[in-house]
Amino acid sequence: MRCEAASGTATDPAISPAVGPATWGAGVTGSSLSAGSRPPGAPRSGPSNITTGLCSQALWPTRVRHLRPGPYSLRVDLVTTTVTVVLVLAALAVGAWSMVTGSSTITAGEVWAALGGRADAGTTRIVVQWRLPRVVFALLAGAALAIAGAIFQSITRNPLGSPDIIGFSTGAYTGALLVSVLGWTSVWATPTGALLGGLGTGAVVYLFARRVGRSGIRLVIVGIGVSVLLGAVNTYLLTVMRLEQAIAAASWGAGSLNDVGWVQVWPVLAALVLAAGLLALFARGMALLEMGDDAAQSIGINAERTRVVLLVAAVALVAVVTAAAGPIAFVALAAPQLAMRLCGASQVQAVPAAAVGALLLVGSDLVARAALAPLQLPVGIVTMCLGGAYLVWLLLGLGRRSRT
Amino acid sequence: MSRSEKTTSRVTPALASTIASSVVAQQTAQPLAQQTAKPQAPASSVQGFASGASTANGSDLPGLLTRQLSVGYGDRSVLDALDVSIHPGSFTVIIGPNACGKSTLLRALARLLSPRGGQVLLDGRDIAHTPAKELARRVGMLPQTSTAPEGIAVVDLVSRGRHPYQGLLRRWSSEDEHAVRSALADTGLTEFASRAVDELSGGQRQRVWIAMALAQQTPVLLLDEPTTYLDIAHQIEVMDLCQAMNRRGRTLVAVLHDLNQAARYATDLIAVRDGRVIAQGHPDQVVTAEVVHTVFGVRARVIEDPESGRPMVIPRYIPAPLMSAVAITDADTNAS
Repeated sequence: MRCEAASGTATDPAISPAVGPATWGAGVTGSSLSAGSRPPGAPRSGPSNITTGLCSQALWPTRVRHLRPGPYSLRVDLVTTTVTVVLVLAALAVGAWSMVTGSSTITAGEVWAALGGRADAGTTRIVVQWRLPRVVFALLAGAALAIAGAIFQSITRNPLGSPDIIGFSTGAYTGALLVSVLGWTSVWATPTGALLGGLGTGAVVYLFARRVGRSGIRLVIVGIGVSVLLGAVNTYLLTVMRLEQAIAAASWGAGSLNDVGWVQVWPVLAALVLAAGLLALFARGMALLEMGDDAAQSIGINAERTRVVLLVAAVALVAVVTAAAGPIAFVALAAPQLAMRLCGASQVQAVPAAAVGALLLVGSDLVARAALAPLQLPVGIVTMCLGGAYLVWLLLGLGRRSRT
Repeated sequence: MSRSEKTTSRVTPALASTIASSVVAQQTAQPLAQQTAKPQAPASSVQGFASGASTANGSDLPGLLTRQLSVGYGDRSVLDALDVSIHPGSFTVIIGPNACGKSTLLRALARLLSPRGGQVLLDGRDIAHTPAKELARRVGMLPQTSTAPEGIAVVDLVSRGRHPYQGLLRRWSSEDEHAVRSALADTGLTEFASRAVDELSGGQRQRVWIAMALAQQTPVLLLDEPTTYLDIAHQIEVMDLCQAMNRRGRTLVAVLHDLNQAARYATDLIAVRDGRVIAQGHPDQVVTAEVVHTVFGVRARVIEDPESGRPMVIPRYIPAPLMSAVAITDADTNAS
C-alpha cells in the first residue's frame, strides 16, 4: 500500500518519494551514508531524511475504534465490549432463572409481583429475603473474586496467580477453624477469623516472596508452599473438633451461599465500588506494568504505588467475599483467563473478568441448588469441579505450547 | 557513487534504489525538529556542540547532568560522587567493562534508581521531585529487557508510549494518533502495525520498542544496550535509526558494549570504570590506546576507521603464553 506524504515533509521533493513503507530503508541508509562521508570533527549540518510519513492506511486492527466526544477521547475494543455485554446479559438471565428455581414453586409472574410488593407475605419473603440477596450476592461476589484474580494474575504475570493458589483461601479457612476450636461462637466469629487468617497469610506470603525477590513466579511458589502447610494445619484442626462443629466448619470451608442474606451483600457491594474507583485510576498502570517495571516507569507509571494499591484492593475484595461465604474456589483463578480468551485479548482485564466471574458464580449456585434438589450442595463444590477441569485444560495448553 | 555502492553491500538489496535520492535529501533537506519543539532549539544545539562550544560549565545549560551522584544496591556502592553532563543535542554513549556502573548510571538518569546521594538535574531541576508523567514527557528510556504481552498488536504496544500524555478522560487524542503514526513510519513499521509483536523478528521487535519510545516524543532518550542480542545487520539498522533521531534534535544517551560502534556513532563518549568517569569527550579524544587499556585492561591499536574516519579499536593479537613478555610502546599504540 502506498501512502501520501503529509505534514512538513511533503514540501520537500527530495524526501517525499521515500515516504511510506519503504521509509525505513531509505532513511536509515541515507543516515549511515552521511556518517561515512563526513570527516571527523567536521561541523554536522546533518538533517536526517527520515520522514514523517502520514497516510490514511488503517493502523489499528478493525476491532479497535476511537471516539472523541468533545475534549474527551477514548478507545473502544469492539470484541471486548460485545463479549462483556453478552456475558453480563447471560449472568442476569441465569440470575433470573435462579429466582424461579427452588423448593417452593414460584412462577416468574409471582416473582415479579413479589419484587413489586404485590405478592402475599410468604412469597415476598422467599423472593425478596431469600432468593434475591442470594442471586445478587452471587453476581457481586463472582465479579469481586474475578477482579481480584485479574489483579493477582496481572501483578504476578502468571495465570496461576490467584488468591486460591497463593494461600489466601487456605489461610482464611485456618482462621475460621481456629476461632471455632477456641470456642468463640458469636455471629462475627467466623467472618473475623477468616478475615484475619486470610490477610495474615497474604501478608506472610507477600513478605516471603519479597525477601527472595519480587518476581511473580516466586509469589506463586511461596504461596503454594504456605498453602500446603496450612492445609495440613486445617486437617489437624478438623480432627480435634467436636463432630457437629467439624461438619459445620467443613461445610463453610467448601464455600456456600446457603446462609447469605442482605447483611452479606452490602460489604461486597462497598468493596466493589471502592475497587471500581481504584481500577478507573490504576487499571491502565496495571496493564502497562506487565511490560516490566523499567518499561512502565519510563512512560510515567509509579510502579510500586500502582502495585500496592491494586493488591490492597484485590485482598479487600477476596476478604469480604470469603468472610461472608467461605473460600469459594477457582472463580478468581479461572474467570480472568476465560475472559481473556473469550475476548481474544493479550492481557487479563478486570471488567470482562468481572462479567465472567458473575456468570460463573451465579451459574454454579444455580447448579448447586438444583442439581441434587432438595439437597443443596455448597457452591464451592461446583466451582471446584469447574475449576479442576479448567486447570487441567490450562496445563494441557501450557504443555502444548512449551513443546512446540 | 562508489560510496553508496560500498554501503549497499551491507544493507538489503531492496533498499538500494532509494539511496541515491537519500543522498540528495541529505544535502537539501532542512532539519526536521517538529517532534521536539518544546524545551530546546535542537538543531542549533547540535551544531553548537560540534563546533566545540559544548565545553561550557554545566548547570546553566539545558540538558541532563549529575552532581555528586552516588548510587548503590544493598551494601554495595556502584557509583560514588559522579559528575557527568549530557550535552543537549548530543549522542552520548557510555562505555565501560561489565559491572562498571554504566547501566546503573543510565537507570539513575531515568530515575529507575533513586540516588543515595547527589542529584540528577534536568534543565537545572532535580528530577527526584518531578511528577512521574511529567518526567516521562521529557526523558524516555528503552530498557534492556521488556516483555510484550502475548499477542499484542504492534500499534497497541507503540501507542503505550503516549501514556504520559493521557488522562482518565483523554485516552486517545488526535495528537496521540499522529505521534504513533510518525513513530511507526520512522521505524518502518507502518505495514506491520496491526500484526502481533511476537510474530516479528528480533530486529523488528527492537524497532517496536524504539517506536514506543519515539511516540513518547521526549527531547531526551536513554537506551540501555539497544543492540544486544541483534545480528550485525539489525545492529546497524538500530544504530542508524538512533543517529537519525539524534540529528532530528533528540538528545540520546546509550550504553553500548561495542567500542567501535560507540566510536562511530557517538558525538560524545563517557568511559566509565569502577563507578568513576575515566574520560569524557569526542570519540577522537576518548578512544585512544591508553584509555582503552585503562578502562578495559585491553592492549589495542587504534586506527582510523576507513568508513567513518572515526577511531577504531583493534585488540592486539598476542598469543597467550607470551603475553607478559611483550612490551607495548607508545609508538606502537599510536600507530594510526
